[in-house]
Amino acid sequence: MPFISNTSEQQAQMLAELGLTKEDLFADIPEELLCEDFKLPAGLSEQRVRDSLAELAEKNSTHLTCFLGGGFYDHFIPAAVNAIVSRSEFYTAYTPYQPELSQGILQAIYEYQSVICRLTEMEVANASLYDGGTALYEAMMMARRITGRNKIIIDDSVNPIYRVMIHSYTRNLKIEFEESQCRDGLVDRQQILDRLDDKTSAVILQNPNFFGCIDDFSDIAAAAHDKGALLIVSCYPISLGILKTPGAMGADIVTGEGQSLGLPLSFGGPYLGLMAAKKQYVRKMPGRIAGETTDASGRRAYVLTLQAREQHIRRDKATSNICSNEALCALTALVYLSLLGKEGLRETSQVCADKASYAYKRLTAMPGVQPHFRGKWFFNEFVLDLPCEAADVIGKLIERGFAAGFPLSRYYSGMENSILICVTEKRTKHEIGMLAEALESVL
Amino acid sequence: MIVEGLLYTKQHEWAKVEGNIVTVGITDYAQMLLGEIIFVELPAIGTEVVSDGEMAVVESTKAASDIFAPVTGKVVSVNSTLEAEPELINKDCYSTGWICKIEMADDASLESLLNAEQYKQHVKDSEQK
Repeated sequence: MPFISNTSEQQAQMLAELGLTKEDLFADIPEELLCEDFKLPAGLSEQRVRDSLAELAEKNSTHLTCFLGGGFYDHFIPAAVNAIVSRSEFYTAYTPYQPELSQGILQAIYEYQSVICRLTEMEVANASLYDGGTALYEAMMMARRITGRNKIIIDDSVNPIYRVMIHSYTRNLKIEFEESQCRDGLVDRQQILDRLDDKTSAVILQNPNFFGCIDDFSDIAAAAHDKGALLIVSCYPISLGILKTPGAMGADIVTGEGQSLGLPLSFGGPYLGLMAAKKQYVRKMPGRIAGETTDASGRRAYVLTLQAREQHIRRDKATSNICSNEALCALTALVYLSLLGKEGLRETSQVCADKASYAYKRLTAMPGVQPHFRGKWFFNEFVLDLPCEAADVIGKLIERGFAAGFPLSRYYSGMENSILICVTEKRTKHEIGMLAEALESVL
Repeated sequence: MIVEGLLYTKQHEWAKVEGNIVTVGITDYAQMLLGEIIFVELPAIGTEVVSDGEMAVVESTKAASDIFAPVTGKVVSVNSTLEAEPELINKDCYSTGWICKIEMADDASLESLLNAEQYKQHVKDSEQK
């Protein structure tokens, strides 16, 4: 069944009116790219398609008890979140550039921005970006625009997946990257200070870092500002229920992955890029920004504001090529945080930390299992050293029904026996006990 | 409205020459086209600019427009009142709505500027297009 609604008679009429043939329409496409036939297989019935997709879906492991973190977390999602978000007025709302039609979604975006500001203790937030990794890239580009400088210092305790993304995006740009090495699980101040100069645009750090360790970057913020550079911090929003916020540390731009705020893991997405910054930098921010104003009758109204930054107006000088956002995901985060409230988030955060602490004690009590970083504060993730290769152990534990953790050797050399384990509020004491037993049996 | 005694550019900036200091702003025609101006991105003091090079940005509700330097030189002063009151450009573009002052390197770049008559013609031509 063709998807184009014009009949062949209508097409012939249009072509005759224009004095063109069908081939003329494709004249700009190189000969070798045109094809007569795409050699597609015959169409399948709806039932066959459903069966085929179900077979593919079966290949996913959806039943493993999850102790896997590394930037994306298995948190509890209250049923009310989906009930609100799946309302058709929200679910089908798309691009709210015409405010007269879109007050509902615009108000939701404005409230989302407000919530992100409160969570991170920053002054302005945008309507969201695609995910934590691209958000970090955008923050870096924003810092370059603000300072006019080209050197970026990024620590290796920042999520390695995000660092790969940043390098992919900037492969053809001449940006001077300097990667500092963390020491004993925390940012090595000396390495940062040695590299900080008046050519530095920004220092990029993460808290908690990829290894789960907690730090306070206030001193680095001060050192960066001293040299006219900015501090960018990538954060884990659930942790902000109990940890010192990047805003309180003096960060200039804050980004993060919002998946933990009511979005399922979904094998990689859709996820949610958070971005917040100091008010003085708002005009250099990428992405959409919702604003509150009054209409001609003096009633409160919401709009997309500061649009002159965006590419449909500013073109090649725009702050980014993105003039979109993850509206539904941002709405999900807003609903999740509204349902939990300040106390609920604080409790959730505390429970994650407490359970992780319990799991840490239980697991490190086992012979052969050692903490990798000694005496370091962590939120809900920690690194353990096993007496054998972590990747092997993880494979065996999958067979026993556990996604036991992340094999650090994938991104860090010399850490072949190290595993990153995460505990969220969803994990029970019983599950932690079962993990310990299973781990014991495979070691 | 076009003021005598000023020089003009084809991009609708005006230049007031006093010795080697040139005060720059945008013309009445430009502010009318832009509409209500809501933000001005001023250059940093000390910025080196070249004739016809980008120097500042003026933002209205519907567009963001580059402002070009009429001469080559260094920015020595900016009108910071525009930060709080960008609408001065709409109200009084030739006087309190001035944007910045440039210290000319030499006056060679003045030769390519238009006088009031020439600018008037240029506006008429632009309107006819």
